[in-house]
Amino acid sequence: MSEAASKIPVTVLTGYLGAGKTTLLNRILSENHGKKYAVIVNEFGEIGIDNDLIIGADEEVFEMNNGCICCTVRGDLVRIMDGLMKRKGKFDAIIVETTGLADPAPVAQTFFVDEDVQKNARLDAVVTVADAKWLSDRLKDAPEAKNQIAFADVIVLNKTDLVTKGELAEVEARIRGINPYAKLHRTERCSVALADVLDRGAFDLDRILDIEPSFLEADDHDHDHDHHHHGHDHDHHHDHGHGLKHYHDEDMQSLSLKTDKPLDPNVFMPWLQNLVQVEGGKILRSKGILAFHDDDDRYVFQGVHMMLEGNHQRKWKDGEKRESRLVFIGRELPEKAIREGFESCIVS
Amino acid sequence: MEEFTPAPDSASIVSVTDRVKPVTLGMGVTSVHFLGPRAAFVGGEENVAFVDDKGEVTTIAVHSGGILSTASDGKRLIMGGDDGKVVSLDAKGEVTLLATDPKRRWIDAVALHPDGAFAWSAGKTANVKSGKSEEKSLDVPSTVGGLAFAPKGLRLAIAHYNGATLWFPNMEGSAEFLPWAGSHLGVTFSPDNKFLVTSMHEAALHGWRLADNRHMRMTGYPGRVRSMSWSAGGKGLATSGADTVIIWPFATKDGPMGKEPAMLAPLQARVAVVACHPKNDILACGYSDGTVLMVRMEDGAEILVRRNGTPPVAGLAWNAKGTLLAFADENGDGGLLEL
Repeated sequence: MSEAASKIPVTVLTGYLGAGKTTLLNRILSENHGKKYAVIVNEFGEIGIDNDLIIGADEEVFEMNNGCICCTVRGDLVRIMDGLMKRKGKFDAIIVETTGLADPAPVAQTFFVDEDVQKNARLDAVVTVADAKWLSDRLKDAPEAKNQIAFADVIVLNKTDLVTKGELAEVEARIRGINPYAKLHRTERCSVALADVLDRGAFDLDRILDIEPSFLEADDHDHDHDHHHHGHDHDHHHDHGHGLKHYHDEDMQSLSLKTDKPLDPNVFMPWLQNLVQVEGGKILRSKGILAFHDDDDRYVFQGVHMMLEGNHQRKWKDGEKRESRLVFIGRELPEKAIREGFESCIVS
Repeated sequence: MEEFTPAPDSASIVSVTDRVKPVTLGMGVTSVHFLGPRAAFVGGEENVAFVDDKGEVTTIAVHSGGILSTASDGKRLIMGGDDGKVVSLDAKGEVTLLATDPKRRWIDAVALHPDGAFAWSAGKTANVKSGKSEEKSLDVPSTVGGLAFAPKGLRLAIAHYNGATLWFPNMEGSAEFLPWAGSHLGVTFSPDNKFLVTSMHEAALHGWRLADNRHMRMTGYPGRVRSMSWSAGGKGLATSGADTVIIWPFATKDGPMGKEPAMLAPLQARVAVVACHPKNDILACGYSDGTVLMVRMEDGAEILVRRNGTPPVAGLAWNAKGTLLAFADENGDGGLLEL
């Protein structure tokens, strides 16, 4: 944990063209936070705070030569991180702004695949800025926009002043149809508290589930912060969200699994490894807390495509329900096979 | 320098740690070079610290920001910075601005030719300036990872994604692409001009025999190779990246094709930097745990120069005669050893 704390946190800021990424970035940089950021942007010009280090980047996505087809990294980021590490101690955090059409996966994977990058920096969260007025349209015609929503840990739903309550409810429902687990903040002009977008620890196994109870409880309740809309529309096979009109996205879904029976780690681990090997191209994000048979520690994991990391997190607390929960967000997930595979890991 | 617990494998090793003149720089160091009689310790940003044989430190400001790339021929040191500048520093300590990127982009790579020509890159563009002739530039398909001049003629190797490009800057249309899938970050010519070797983003080197562009795959490293050094006469290429120094044989016309590398000086730490002696078959190597060893390449005999227990060694250098060894760790603690 101290190791994680000494690493520089990296926030990935993504969002479709015109959603308000630059506005959010400027807001972060201009706020009186006493921190110094290194900001990796694709275009210079629109931002410029003297105190911060602004670095221009060309998004160069490289395939790794490790036989893993979806294993791509941002080569430019590897190089920039190398350069930034020469000035260790001169900034507190790094923000990577992607282009509007970017897939967040190669950025995220850079922080898991590259040994040197991993040694010095840790991915904090993927923050996606979405345009309340146009996102619903983009989700229909722009696969990039859908990727960005599916990948997000935090969604800043911006320009809410430009839509009606009904439209807002609709766009939120569409977002939740893809990604019910991200923290969602409704904003005008990206007015969001810095603590809501920075230092989230979304990829930190120690913090992953403690700070985000909504992840655990999303299936039952409580991912709607203050929804005004209460249209039930339960024509779907996995139920999340009371008080939320449900949209089932045709190709991007989340799948949640749970059991209160212990899992056999000797069956579960190979199954999970194999699942991400075979279906990793479709699985954008995965997370889980697991209760293994004869094990007093909680096991947690999280993954991006084929990359998984997991560890024993802490002891199960007295009175804590020993329950295993997994979430997959992805495209055309083979739900039946995943559910059956998961069932087979339960100790009978 | 003194450690309470000796390295576990240092029990029987010859040690010269007591002959090292300690150097404390008080700044992060990223590489070490010799300029004439003085060692030049390149800081992570802004400064270079000269240290003479008495251990006296003189700090010189060279960049306003991070220093990203360095190259030296023993007479001068050229550096690229995140201030978009290419700067040279000579043995007297004089700083000269050689070039400025018009968009103030990072200068990711620099190279220095024995005849004084120099090269630098920003983004996908490699530039060469030779004597009084005009600056020449070449765009490659992706960001330049590394630059190296051939030992003969004015020819530049440019490492980038999916291969390397060889270019005679004075010959229009001379760029020749040597493909190999993956991201190539460092590049070096063998001193006999027969081989080109790149270090890759993956834990591997790749080589081409320039006569026929035959490929040489040099793999098996546990980590990325960040340091490469040709032995005296170019018979071997010593490399970092493993828990031993890996030396690939280049003495024959086939280079390392079909051959095993020599593996010397195993420790329970990763080799971070290597520097071959300029005249003899000896190398110095620095490890991720701060250890510095001198190793005889013939039989692998080791001499302990510095004990473990510090941050990784960031740089090592011999003076031109091979009588002085300078080194420093990432925190700027180092030493000078006179042989």
